[in-house]
Amino acid sequence: MEAIEYTTPKTLAEAVQAMADKGDRARALAGGTDLLVQLRGGRRSADLIVDVKDVPELNQISYDAQDGLTIGAAAPCYQIYQDPAVAANYPGLVDSASLIGSIQIQGRASLGGNLCNSAPSADAIPVMIALGAVANIAGPNGTRQVAVEDFCTGPGRNVLESGEVLVSVTMPAPQANSGASYLRFIPRNEMDIAVAGVGSSVVLDASGQNFVSARISLASVAPTPVFCREAGASLSGKAVSDEAVEAAAQLAMADAVPINDMRGTVRQRIHLVGVLTRRTLNIAIQRARGEE
Amino acid sequence: MPGVVHVQTTINGNPTDFLCEPRQSLLEVLRDVLGMTGTKEGCNDGNCGACTVVFDGRIVTSCLVLGVEAQGKEITTIEGVASPEGLHPVQQAFLENAALQCGICTPGFIVATKALLEQEPDADEGRIRHWLAGNLCRCTGYDKIVRAVLDAETKLNA
Repeated sequence: MEAIEYTTPKTLAEAVQAMADKGDRARALAGGTDLLVQLRGGRRSADLIVDVKDVPELNQISYDAQDGLTIGAAAPCYQIYQDPAVAANYPGLVDSASLIGSIQIQGRASLGGNLCNSAPSADAIPVMIALGAVANIAGPNGTRQVAVEDFCTGPGRNVLESGEVLVSVTMPAPQANSGASYLRFIPRNEMDIAVAGVGSSVVLDASGQNFVSARISLASVAPTPVFCREAGASLSGKAVSDEAVEAAAQLAMADAVPINDMRGTVRQRIHLVGVLTRRTLNIAIQRARGEE
Repeated sequence: MPGVVHVQTTINGNPTDFLCEPRQSLLEVLRDVLGMTGTKEGCNDGNCGACTVVFDGRIVTSCLVLGVEAQGKEITTIEGVASPEGLHPVQQAFLENAALQCGICTPGFIVATKALLEQEPDADEGRIRHWLAGNLCRCTGYDKIVRAVLDAETKLNA
């Protein structure tokens, strides 16, 4: 790795100042599981690493039944899936946080880093989109919020402007009779990059027999994570049935625009979107009914 | 030019000071600055687990930690596993079950296994294989490693 400077701001204001001073030559460091590999491999370069792990706002995991869940951008995966409130209220998020990388990687990697790295294959982004998550951003001109589905703009690219830091991600409190799930397909059991991934969330009515609303999002089938607006909306007001789930899966498949590469083909990936959409919807339905 | 940074940390229970450049990984610092070569370099990008150490209570790949991040932290490496009285039961079980051939991956497996058994003393074979998925071994085919971990678990629980 080339020579670089390192700083550990203790407050959000100091972190923003450090990022703004160096502009595009500064990089925020959380777990480093993407950044350090990229700097070492020459895929990114920087003059300053801003280690944000001492900034309290970037480390919080706070839940309340009114405001929902806020996860600091640097909170590592293991803290997320070990948090009792997350486990009880956001099992779909636990799906993602517990399948990223290895146990070693989960000791460092954060959902915020997964979002800022903006890989099309990011395992944590689809479920955040399905849960209606919002990214809280701080910069030299103040703070702003961006819906997670609008955050990524291309492979490795996102809406963060020079000098801005992702502070946290907020997910609304789960509604009654709701559930979510994330699944990916990989040819191995562990430690691989998604050939395709799907995150789904559903809200059912009190009977558990009808959809109130649903959100579906895809990984690894486009230059960015995909929010399947129509596929989710197609379920609103429908009775829970295999036919309704299949219709949503077909709409999700229509939103996939994958490429052929060493991990999979276009045809395989579109097929997988159908399979994984059906499976994640069915798991989300079971969770919404309290059956799992 | 960025200079060297003075870092104060604790390694295997010993307060330790070192100087390093911010670009240097914890793995580089352990091996090249401190001469602690028990921790091995495999892939140097977080895939193989050969450089696994315990960093503030969690196993991590030390190639993906900067040396400067060790400031104020508690680190355990393979050198901290055995006691003056002898090998740790996990090390003994790896020996007795022939759970190593070339040995490069072994320190990482031992550090990761010890962390698992401390946290989950009743881990079953599925859990063991899942936990160790981040440690690659190109010699053994893993079966002898898993057998050694189960053996160590039995002895630790006896």
